Amino acid sequence: MLRQTALAAVAGLGLALAGTAITTAQTPTPPAGTLRPVESFQSIAQREARSAAIFTEMGKVLQHPRCVNCHPATERPRQTDAQRPHQPLVVRGKDGHGAPGMACSTCHGKENFDPARVPGDGHWALAPASMAWEGKTLGQICEQLKDPNRNGSRDMAALIKHVAEDSLVGWAWRPGPGRQPAPGTQDQFGALLKAWGETGAVCPR
Amino acid sequence: MAHTLSVNGRSHTVDVDADTPLLWAIRDNIGLTGTKFGCGVAQCGACTVWIDGQPVRSCVTPVSAVEGKVTTIEALEGKEARAVQAAWDTIDVPQCGYCQSGQVMSAVALLKENPKPSDRDIDLAMNGNICRCATYARIRTAIHAAARSLEG
Repeated sequence: MLRQTALAAVAGLGLALAGTAITTAQTPTPPAGTLRPVESFQSIAQREARSAAIFTEMGKVLQHPRCVNCHPATERPRQTDAQRPHQPLVVRGKDGHGAPGMACSTCHGKENFDPARVPGDGHWALAPASMAWEGKTLGQICEQLKDPNRNGSRDMAALIKHVAEDSLVGWAWRPGPGRQPAPGTQDQFGALLKAWGETGAVCPR
Repeated sequence: MAHTLSVNGRSHTVDVDADTPLLWAIRDNIGLTGTKFGCGVAQCGACTVWIDGQPVRSCVTPVSAVEGKVTTIEALEGKEARAVQAAWDTIDVPQCGYCQSGQVMSAVALLKENPKPSDRDIDLAMNGNICRCATYARIRTAIHAAARSLEG
């Protein structure tokens, strides 16, 4: 009896794991959304309103699963477009790279590994708790983004450089099969951020 | 394409595609079969090896990305390894045994980084290593026992 139960358990595990692999292999990649170009905001005459409108457009990226999943409200990241809790359980740890014995790099390499649908990047890490975006309004995220105490001590020039050039930020637009990329392009997003700064970095209410 | 890998202190050249998982180079090309295939998608931990001392799931690590020194269960050594192996034996941790190579690689890596782990530390380090016999309570007990044996 025990032996039969054990065999059934083994078979069950095999089926469950095979099911996972088949599901991930067949998951289609949803098409990415778009971002309005900076020029399209010129029609808003009032500078502050234009700035806030630009940030609202940036919110399509900031509040996208590709970004929020690793800016979580708790110590555990989320994953997939459905934003389920990361499986297996992983946590931010002391430096954003996981717990002893279970670092991000245990599974995530320097590049996506598409055969297993495991994403990767050289900077793969969880954002610090001070940069948690999950569950916040866009206005709150905006204020947080401008606050050097909560944005990694970045001024506007450093923010633009981070957003336009950081490879992990850029990963949001090349997440591999089965994950919807962030809307638009990294260049478009960087241009919006720059325009937002130039118009006074006004936060939407 | 030829890739040179440092595995257990020896240099091996394997002729495989660049995206071949390290697991298959270790098992099929180098012939070290202690490291197991479980899920192929980094969800079970059976394939855990070390690269430069850090646990890595070899089933999702392409050989082209391997730059450091690989250690597999066959070459695991040192006081933490001996303590874990002794505790595993005393507490009868392995049941079917299939996941044990990965479990031991993760457990020893944990103790090298955190010599006195709490229950929570153990759970966080080990929850990526699935055991189909559900020996999780024994695994946790054995890691505590290994940690105690390393004290003093």
